[in-house]
Amino acid sequence: MIDLLGIPPQALFGQLLLGLINGAFYAILSLGLAIIFGLLNIINFAHGAQYMLGALVSWMLLNYLGINYWWALLLVPIIVGFTGVVLERVLISRLYHLDHLYGLLLTFGLALIIQGFARNYYGISGLPYTIPSQLAGGQNLGFMFLPNYRGWVVVASLAVCITTWFVIEKTKLGAYLRAATENPSLVGAFGINVPRMITLTYGFGVALAAFAGVLAAPIYSVNPNMGADLIIVVFAVVVIGGMGSILGSILTGFGLGLVEGLTRVFYPEGSAVVIFVIMALVLLVKPAGLFGRTA
Amino acid sequence: MKKTNLLLATLAATLFASTAFADVAVKLGVLNDRSGVYSDITGEGSVIAAQMAVEDFKPAEKGINVEIVSADHQNKPDIASNIARQWYDQDGVDVILDVPTSSTALAVSDITREKNKIFMNSGGGTSDLTGKACSPNTVHWTYDTWQLANGTGSAVVKDGGKKWFFVVADYAFGQALERDTSEVVKAAGGEVVGSVRHPFPGTDFSSFLLQAQSSGAEVIGFANAGGDTINSIKQAAEFGIVQGGQKLAGLLVFINDIKSLGLETAQGLYLSETFYWDLNDQTREWSARFEEKAGKKPNMVQAGVYASVLHYLKAVDELDSKDATQVMAKMKEMPTDDPLFGKGEIRKDGRKIHPAYLFRVKSPDQSKGEWDLYELVSTIPAEEAFRPLDQGGCSLVQ
Repeated sequence: MIDLLGIPPQALFGQLLLGLINGAFYAILSLGLAIIFGLLNIINFAHGAQYMLGALVSWMLLNYLGINYWWALLLVPIIVGFTGVVLERVLISRLYHLDHLYGLLLTFGLALIIQGFARNYYGISGLPYTIPSQLAGGQNLGFMFLPNYRGWVVVASLAVCITTWFVIEKTKLGAYLRAATENPSLVGAFGINVPRMITLTYGFGVALAAFAGVLAAPIYSVNPNMGADLIIVVFAVVVIGGMGSILGSILTGFGLGLVEGLTRVFYPEGSAVVIFVIMALVLLVKPAGLFGRTA
Repeated sequence: MKKTNLLLATLAATLFASTAFADVAVKLGVLNDRSGVYSDITGEGSVIAAQMAVEDFKPAEKGINVEIVSADHQNKPDIASNIARQWYDQDGVDVILDVPTSSTALAVSDITREKNKIFMNSGGGTSDLTGKACSPNTVHWTYDTWQLANGTGSAVVKDGGKKWFFVVADYAFGQALERDTSEVVKAAGGEVVGSVRHPFPGTDFSSFLLQAQSSGAEVIGFANAGGDTINSIKQAAEFGIVQGGQKLAGLLVFINDIKSLGLETAQGLYLSETFYWDLNDQTREWSARFEEKAGKKPNMVQAGVYASVLHYLKAVDELDSKDATQVMAKMKEMPTDDPLFGKGEIRKDGRKIHPAYLFRVKSPDQSKGEWDLYELVSTIPAEEAFRPLDQGGCSLVQ
């Protein structure tokens, strides 16, 4: 057996696979952020809280209404996405003509309020949510034990990411969206309801966060701070990928998951920092991010 | 109008005067985490526990006036220090209670000593509070890192778990817990085959668990706390670690953490605590009353706040004075006796002595109710539960 820097290749494969799984969460969250920033020019700091809401609402559906995981996967993004639509109509839409900073402050404040409410009613320790029975157990891959659920997370998030990318980059609807961000008044002149399209885009971005929240509920602790802990890393992912770049956010999400996974093997203490180190390096070399366009 | 004001003022003055002369007025300050990671473990529950102690003691009948105040220290030593100074200097607080997070507890202990007041810690973990950093003004009531390491570590080794792997939160508390537990494991004839330090706080522990899984260890010890422990255990279940034959040992686990994990996930976990609501009739009775007010069962930290307030008030009542030096001497001289921790004592170094318990988390089949979570494995007698007096390096002991 040839060891690679003292680590047997089997262990390395295992860690790479785990990195990919974590990358799936980064990808789906940063995708939502990138869409919202790209089309609305809003830095959505409430994204972490909306991800938490996704997990929390799945728990509520299960415990209050007996609605299982599979239905939650469909219903929760719709419910939480709808709250996003309301939020955009009532508050965020008033900020489009102002500096980015106002949107950032508003959404950051909203995040604190949402988290505060959740903490007040459900406490900080978190709520139990078990893995659905169809996905319990795991496969022995020889080099590692892969829980079925983790495999499902990668498949589901890849499917969602690719579909989103396809819709935005390759369809007529996506073309309208991209055109509306370039020149909203011109697109409006063609008879397209631009404000409504923007509202729905925000709702969709929020729904993506909620979808990630449902995926996370069975494996991470469902607690009010789960999003706050993750969102900073996800912002770093978006910055590395290039603010507003759809493909960039997906690729960097998975890529950084891998890098983080490797760091956990060779230097676990540094695994929380490695993404920020990469961010600093990327910003030095390419200030617009790996996939971003310079304005 | 003027007349009424004058009348009211006189009335108020008489009232104040009469209370001041007839009674001892004490002010207790519950200083803990009311919004962050430890707010379930301490928080409002500790305030309720302190209020219950006051109600049960009936101080008014004994000529003692008790007022309780509370504040959020956000687990930050600087904020805790500021509040402690303001309470002691301006607000007339006599005793500070609870104070989770070791770093804030050490800071408050220093200030209390400087101001010659009283600090009764329940939520903090570091055994340095009664060791290197001990103070004549500090009582450490509920648990400490030495007791956790000793309780869980040696018991699990005795139960057959000889080879250990540690998953450690990479900061002072986690490292201290790893060090203390490693010593205990080795002393009991066990062996440490490896450890991994994860950033604090973390979310995904699968990489570390995979390393633990392939290490050949029989026991995986989690030297972390709160959300990190919950996530570690949740993901250990997902990766089939317990089914694979490895045991899990949580080195600092509260009943709230187990509630959050659910029995399906947490079953079989070993843990050590000094209080559990279902120990005997007295703990059950008190916990039922607590649950009525707080909406959940108490944990050991909240029980510790209750018991320490009770003991403090007893000492004040005996002395008819709240002079800090006298009260501290009285509290150490009187044996402790309360419904939650039973009979015990406060040692010279400020360490409160009582039994500790090793529990195993029940399986869903064994559990008969929402809070029926632990099965008692063994009781560690009071004289063995805490670090021996001469080994802590406390300057008050010589």
